[in-house]
Amino acid sequence: MSVFQFERRAAVARLLRDRGEAVVITGLGSATYDLAAAGDHDRNFYLWGAMGGAAMVGLGLALARPEVPVLVLTGDGEMLMGMGGFSTIALQAPRNLVVAVLDNGLYGETGGQPSHTGGSHGAARTDLLAVARACGIAEARHVADEADLDALAARLRDGGEGPCVALIPIDPAEAERVLPLRDAVLMRGRTRAALGLSPGV
Amino acid sequence: MTAVQDRAETPAAEAWPDAIFDILKQAGVRQVAYVPDGGHARLIRAVQAEPSMKAIALTTEEEGLALLTGASLGGDRGVLLMQSSGVGNCINMLSLVKLTRTPVLILVTMRGEYGEFNPWQVPMGSTTQAALELMDIQVLRAGTAAEVPEVVQAGANMAFAGGTATAVLLSQRLIGAKVFFK
Repeated sequence: MSVFQFERRAAVARLLRDRGEAVVITGLGSATYDLAAAGDHDRNFYLWGAMGGAAMVGLGLALARPEVPVLVLTGDGEMLMGMGGFSTIALQAPRNLVVAVLDNGLYGETGGQPSHTGGSHGAARTDLLAVARACGIAEARHVADEADLDALAARLRDGGEGPCVALIPIDPAEAERVLPLRDAVLMRGRTRAALGLSPGV
Repeated sequence: MTAVQDRAETPAAEAWPDAIFDILKQAGVRQVAYVPDGGHARLIRAVQAEPSMKAIALTTEEEGLALLTGASLGGDRGVLLMQSSGVGNCINMLSLVKLTRTPVLILVTMRGEYGEFNPWQVPMGSTTQAALELMDIQVLRAGTAAEVPEVVQAGANMAFAGGTATAVLLSQRLIGAKVFFK
């Protein structure tokens, strides 16, 4: 199978170039660095751990603030660890939540071991979009080219009929690490303040 | 029948979940995440019937901690309901709560500690409190129905007024050991 693969930094920058009011939650590792490289923002919430939790952080926020577009940007390995979250998201059906999986089929942070989505597994590989659909998420998009990426950006901004899971195939090349804020209290406070809330408690 | 509708006919010893529901409603809790448990069944029914609250079924308990971190980021107060065996599933995700200092309230129905027939519940039930405390969650315990309102209110105050992540253990003696054989 040969499909177009994005360069990850270019894909993330393009997806977020008109991000508007969106809050972006990243899964640990490369997705966090990709978002930092696209530009720090009070509405960026970077995870540096809690693997498997990114999509659920996005769900909680999307339910709390249905008027705010919420993007979860994560990798295939992080999403594999939290796949049950697809089922939980489907039942709640927030229209303002997009989970975008940057899929390179490997664990970049730990030495490039193939993940379960890796093409080298052939028919045995896990198809995260098929998983999302089977969990009841009707809008599962394969992002095949830049036009699809732009359509996903518009979908994030405008909302949809329900939650959306998007798979963005990326090439396996490692990008230079861009290390954002690690103080989670500070991150939580600045995002809450940007949403008009008190920074604390 | 919902917990709210059948309150009048319920003996005091079984109505303690209604007191929890009242405390959560009074505290302005919006998101109630749960992995189903018999001990929480009455409370879950009450939450499902309450328009100001979202009852959020999870596939595993650690989802709830990430969910409530996001909820709080957006201004919603949240509570996580689970059985003691679920605490073990939560350990790494509690780092998210600790580092973000998210004010969560966790209500744990205990198994494996008092008259438990199923030995598979004992390893986690006997280490629930220690596991939570290892991850810096404050732990309170209610041993009888009469204690429930005061203890859960104390936990809600610690979490939502103080910003201290707190778990309340609802003892197996309160809930009653599951009967497999008569």
